[in-house]
Amino acid sequence: MKSAVVVFPASNCDRDAAVALEQITGHKPIMVWHADSDVPDVDLIVLPGGFSYGDYLRCGAMAGQSNIMRAVKEKSEKGVHVLGICNGFQVLTETHMLPGVLMKNAQLKFVCRPVGLTVVETESVFTRKYAAGAHVEFPVAHGEGNYVADAETLDRLEGDGRVVFKYAAGENPNGSARDIAGILNEKRNVLGLMPHPERVCDPLLGGTDGRAVFEGLLEALG
Amino acid sequence: MKARVFVTLKNGVLDPQGKAIGHALNNLGFASVGDVRQGKLIEIELAETDEAKARVEIKEMCEKLLANTVIEKFDIELKV
Repeated sequence: MKSAVVVFPASNCDRDAAVALEQITGHKPIMVWHADSDVPDVDLIVLPGGFSYGDYLRCGAMAGQSNIMRAVKEKSEKGVHVLGICNGFQVLTETHMLPGVLMKNAQLKFVCRPVGLTVVETESVFTRKYAAGAHVEFPVAHGEGNYVADAETLDRLEGDGRVVFKYAAGENPNGSARDIAGILNEKRNVLGLMPHPERVCDPLLGGTDGRAVFEGLLEALG
Repeated sequence: MKARVFVTLKNGVLDPQGKAIGHALNNLGFASVGDVRQGKLIEIELAETDEAKARVEIKEMCEKLLANTVIEKFDIELKV
């Protein structure tokens, strides 16, 4: 599996993602700068966490208009898989590659701690290695992770099995509608999630619950 | 020409920041304060001199970047 990690000014989880990808797939991902207008031929593109463009205007708004995102969008339409983590999820909603918006956390505070999640949907290349209903723990670190969409969109996401991760009962850290932590696009090749699976891929970092995301991708994409 | 763009949350979208501001105003003794909504004001200088054209251009800017129309609405004010 060949992968690329997009680096925006003020991305700060790009290297975490690169380390996790290299450990699990055995291949170093290609790091792609935001001003580039093309993404190399890869099977997976990761949009990492961070504070791209200083979160100016709205989180992910500037990154959403960058050269590289035009290329990422085109690739995703051709079936290339895209994983947006935290700020990457915000960028995906800003480009309308995923529906809804990530608003300021309901309690107005930045949250940085491990959070329990339920793997709701395993019919995706991102979650195929998890057992349905599995409880996992990923860290979150965000101030704007409050997932908001209209009721019709939420019903459609749930009805189509596109809500893949939910915050476990009583663990919703940001007020997200229906405890949503991660969603797929309609074609199921784009996943955006607020928690950080790439930060729990090595026992030295306190857990390995996130490995299955990358192992599933490796298994599915070769 | 100068444009002032007001970007605000659509009605019905929860605004926790506005709520916090409302509480703070209540705590300062402004007892009459009801619902508070927070938004953004963006000022843009334009070389365009035709008002109708400027309005079309600013609207496009709002839809492309300045507002996230999933949750936000915008109002445009032009000054020659």
